[in-house]
Amino acid sequence: MRASLFITCFNDTMFPRTGQAVVEILERLGVEVDFPLEQTCCGQMHFNTGYAKETIPLVRRFVRAFSDSEVVVSPSASCVAMVRDHYGQVAELSGDASLAREVESLTPRVLELTELLVDELGVEDVGAFFPRRVTYHPTCHGLRMLKLGDRPLRLLRAVRGIEVLELEEATECCGFGGTFAVKNADTSIAMLTDKVRTILDTGAEVCVAADNSCLMHIGGALSRQRAGVRAMHLAEILAQTEPAPGAGSTA
Amino acid sequence: MTDAAKHPSFPEAARTALADTQLRHNLGHATRTIRAKRAVVVSELDDWEQLREAGRALKERIVRHLDDYLIGLEEAVTRAGGTIHWARDADECNRIVGDIIAAHGADEVVKAKSLTTEEIKLNEALLERGIKAWETDLAQLIIQLSDDMPSHILVPAIHKNREQIRELFVRTLEEAADDLSDDPRELAETARRHLRRLFLESKVGISGVNFAVAETGTVSVVESEGNGRMCTTLPEVLISVMGIEKIVPSWQDLEVYLQLLPRSSTAERMNPYTSLWTGVREGDGPQEFHLVLLDNGRTDVLADTVGRQALNCIRCSACLNVCPVYERTGGHAYGSTYPGPIGAILTPMLSGLDEAGSLPYASSLCGACYEVCPVKINIPEVLVHLRRKVVEHERQAGGLAGRVAPERLAMQTMARVFADRRLYEAAQRTGRLAQWPLVRRGKIERLPGPLAGWSSARDLPPVPRQSFRDWWRQRS
Repeated sequence: MRASLFITCFNDTMFPRTGQAVVEILERLGVEVDFPLEQTCCGQMHFNTGYAKETIPLVRRFVRAFSDSEVVVSPSASCVAMVRDHYGQVAELSGDASLAREVESLTPRVLELTELLVDELGVEDVGAFFPRRVTYHPTCHGLRMLKLGDRPLRLLRAVRGIEVLELEEATECCGFGGTFAVKNADTSIAMLTDKVRTILDTGAEVCVAADNSCLMHIGGALSRQRAGVRAMHLAEILAQTEPAPGAGSTA
Repeated sequence: MTDAAKHPSFPEAARTALADTQLRHNLGHATRTIRAKRAVVVSELDDWEQLREAGRALKERIVRHLDDYLIGLEEAVTRAGGTIHWARDADECNRIVGDIIAAHGADEVVKAKSLTTEEIKLNEALLERGIKAWETDLAQLIIQLSDDMPSHILVPAIHKNREQIRELFVRTLEEAADDLSDDPRELAETARRHLRRLFLESKVGISGVNFAVAETGTVSVVESEGNGRMCTTLPEVLISVMGIEKIVPSWQDLEVYLQLLPRSSTAERMNPYTSLWTGVREGDGPQEFHLVLLDNGRTDVLADTVGRQALNCIRCSACLNVCPVYERTGGHAYGSTYPGPIGAILTPMLSGLDEAGSLPYASSLCGACYEVCPVKINIPEVLVHLRRKVVEHERQAGGLAGRVAPERLAMQTMARVFADRRLYEAAQRTGRLAQWPLVRRGKIERLPGPLAGWSSARDLPPVPRQSFRDWWRQRS
């Protein structure tokens, strides 16, 4: 299989290690990965804040960048949800019938990372090793728009050495919500505080999710509070493997 | 519809509410409890998803053929001996109701809990004509006695606890014993003694409407306490006020909503009191029945093909109970009769973007509301749709200031950068260089301008030295 990586502007700029991890996992599983350099941003922030017109050129660019791809894979549930659930609306708004057709043919091939691994490649054990106590936060768009279900948890539980601890009120939003975190900062912080409390209650040392935007939000509070817990993208855990025997002691 | 013009914006009102520890505690407890109960009773029905779809599809048809159904209802109610009144807006509705009461020489009326009459501020309008309208729903009575505003669709006094209610009753009700405790049974008994006299003495009763059957002219009110039934059966004259969207085509359609509503709202399999009446019947119940059909902005909502799904709402309040924003800010922050997610879409459409333009942004778009809505209103979709209208409205109505607002300029600039790969890559490099005054010990703890809201509680990692695309290019 050949998969085109849709890294998202946010991961490209802020979290390149997540992208590197995705490449590592996929290549380990025999997938050929390419990265169309023409890609930039999916337009989610513009669309969700009310700037739909400004989103149209970004949809055009996305469709052009990935038109030849067999499968498009992305480590961001909310950006995939933007493409799959809203690109049709934006294309309709543009009044460009050919864009609408291109969107319709491309979007079913755009997959979130855990969908590609579990549904397309049929794997849950990706050969990862991560001897840490972690807890998993299902992000809202992955949970309710993509309906990822327990795919991320199945992948996590198959990691050797890991201990997955259950998070209370796991399905409640962390309060990020894109521009919501700034426009309604007080409410966002109140939601975040409760999320951080449940994370700390688990006793985990790592909070895992499949979306770096929510993780930057949660991780930002963990860092500010000197909580001694870090936020980490699922792909970065799945990319870690057991050191080869004789290659020195483990951490 | 509300005095939202005087009301602060949502972020401002929320800041005050979030600091109220009593409110946070009361609401957190109440919404967690009802959420858990709802999940249990909903899981009991194998056909819940089919019921939701039936509820949605029926409402879609109703809204599409509303004119026909309304005329059908008018004919059926008239045939059964009732009188129909049409009210364009709040003022007209309040005048109609006031005139009927005045014609019977009453200066005191009893009311069943009704959001629609809250929306049009009926009590205040009647008081100006010297008519005292007594709320008889326990929670609504608590709100009235404390001169407060409802903060929840179904449980208007959800923000108050037992001790606060005990103190209120001792202060305001002559029926309250001096040693009244905060035992719910004692509190309810006190309210009961107070209300009993009003039920027996009032000549006119007022109610809202949950459903009106176009085919038969039957009107229905569902409730938990039985006070509503007292209001609709004991007085000689009954006036019911309904939003024009509260119609169902046939008697059989009630089957769908009478299953969806109680499980979604109070987490009950069946609501304790379902009152249904058709016109008037000699010697049984009120001998005069008036049904006022209220528009008050609803036909404008109807014209919005995306927003009109808000008219599907059956006022169950499940969306409030699951909303992480509502759970923390409470209902008052929304400055509207309709708080929570449904209020965030309905209020701006009913009272305009000038009054309620901040409400479509009062959501993280987490989608929990859509997931539980018994009639499948896609609230996140309508929120984003209304945000587009806010952006457009500000561009047009805001003059030069609206066109060059910092947010608009930032969004337009970013859109231009993202639309051009070279600009995008240049911006990545610029960000890496420009951040240095902000980075301290490997993180950013203070951000300037409108981004300061982020850094007030959250650190930000610095932009790393190498972007993913730089790594990729280097690798291949």
